Amino acid sequence: MAEPTSSVALTVDGKPVQVVPGTTVAAAALIAGTQTRVSVSGEPRAPLCGMGICFECRVTIDGVPHQRSCQILCAPGMQVATARELPAP
Amino acid sequence: MNPILDILVTGAGPAGIAAAVTAAECGLRAGVVDDNPASGGQIWRSGAHLPAGARRWKARFDAAAVVRFQGWRVIDCPEPGVVRAQRNDAEVASDPAAEDRIDLHYRQLILATGARERFLPFPGWTLPNVMGAGGLDAMVRGGLPIAGKRVVVAGTGPLLLAVATHLAARGAEIVAICEQASLAQMAPLMFQVLRRPGKLWQGASFRWITRKSRCLTRCWPVAAQGDQRLRSVTLQRDRKQWTVDCDYLACGFHLVPSTELAALLGCRLENGFVATDELMQTSAPGIWCAGEPSGIGGVELSLLEGQIAALAAAGKTGAARRLAAQRRGALPFVRALESACRLNPQLRDLARDETIVCRCEDVPLKALRDRTGWRDARLHTRCGMGPCQGRICGGAAEFLFGWHAGSIRPPLFPALVSCFSGPDAALDPATHREAP
Repeated sequence: MAEPTSSVALTVDGKPVQVVPGTTVAAAALIAGTQTRVSVSGEPRAPLCGMGICFECRVTIDGVPHQRSCQILCAPGMQVATARELPAP
Repeated sequence: MNPILDILVTGAGPAGIAAAVTAAECGLRAGVVDDNPASGGQIWRSGAHLPAGARRWKARFDAAAVVRFQGWRVIDCPEPGVVRAQRNDAEVASDPAAEDRIDLHYRQLILATGARERFLPFPGWTLPNVMGAGGLDAMVRGGLPIAGKRVVVAGTGPLLLAVATHLAARGAEIVAICEQASLAQMAPLMFQVLRRPGKLWQGASFRWITRKSRCLTRCWPVAAQGDQRLRSVTLQRDRKQWTVDCDYLACGFHLVPSTELAALLGCRLENGFVATDELMQTSAPGIWCAGEPSGIGGVELSLLEGQIAALAAAGKTGAARRLAAQRRGALPFVRALESACRLNPQLRDLARDETIVCRCEDVPLKALRDRTGWRDARLHTRCGMGPCQGRICGGAAEFLFGWHAGSIRPPLFPALVSCFSGPDAALDPATHREAP
């Protein structure tokens, strides 16, 4: 693979992250060191299948919730929000 | 209405690529719809070195006159001859004018929907950084740095060695490769591999690259430990248990065919696979199936089946029959692979009462023990009722309880309400590249 000559800048939970072009949002979330969601009983979860079927990687992208982050590539300026705590009862 | 495609292919892995290329080269108007950001399916994912054969097929695919819908998920078949799809980045794309959904009209359909990993629940399997074997591989190809990370690869099937090889080549430290099957169980598969120089060479080179890693048969993870994320894995071989520190556990128990779309279209299934004749035609008129949904056989068989399906659909029956004869020669490998990956019954005891089986709805094993079947479990516990629609826990429930998924209903994936109303979206030449 050719050396990446450019990078894509985005934020994950407000934290700036630089990734190479072609990186999935799921990988960016793991690079930022965070889980992707919190389960209905409060467990932290992160990607499992990597191919868009398990829905463990869903995050909020640019304000839109429930996006499968492993099937979406990072774009410049993207704002990714992961679930940080238990959903309200 | 959109122009009618002579042949629509669902899935752009090896089978789908071979089918679309063959159809286009027969002069037919062919289209492909695929869920992933890029073509190649799981096995030919970009982001890493691809073998020469894969590069040749992808080059032919890029050169072929095929209408491509990449990054679209199929959600429904609203009427015969129509497949409805939603754009994956529909809600977040910078271009709000682009359509969210499309109705693809076809004369003949080739299902190349591939397969997914089978996951088995064990204590700790829901911890972050416990992934599928193919799952971790996909994440790494999607940009996750793996150099210097300690990885345990476990489960069953040839995918384990392939994943370990790729991760090792990327600088990961493969702590162990744990295959649940015994050597005796794998012997018929090894015999088949010995008769196929391509596979033998590939297997040998994989093992050479991972030669520093321990490769254990009759071995599996019994628990994963960690607080917010994985820290260590406890492995078991025979009666011995030991714990190893690691950053990732890549664990998958071979593959389950993705047959939801075939079932929705009324194609007959046989032992969980789409039933086809020698020319890959399903029980539903005008619908063909190629690749893993018709039997797990790997890349070469998928390529062959994609070509057979497209040739037969194009009416070139003689050419299709010649390739079908070649396919027959590959079927002993399929059977040997299936028996090599048969799961040890002891794996049923990995999950404890509190172990979560359905990750979407956090349903523990104890809630499922007294249920009589998949439907009963869904109604009483919400098992399989979350966004994955049982794609993850279904494979586990099949092995643990012998349950089989019941009827399939649209949408096949969670979809926008707007996808079920409004006018038929137009085929926009600006967003769908169509080679001359």
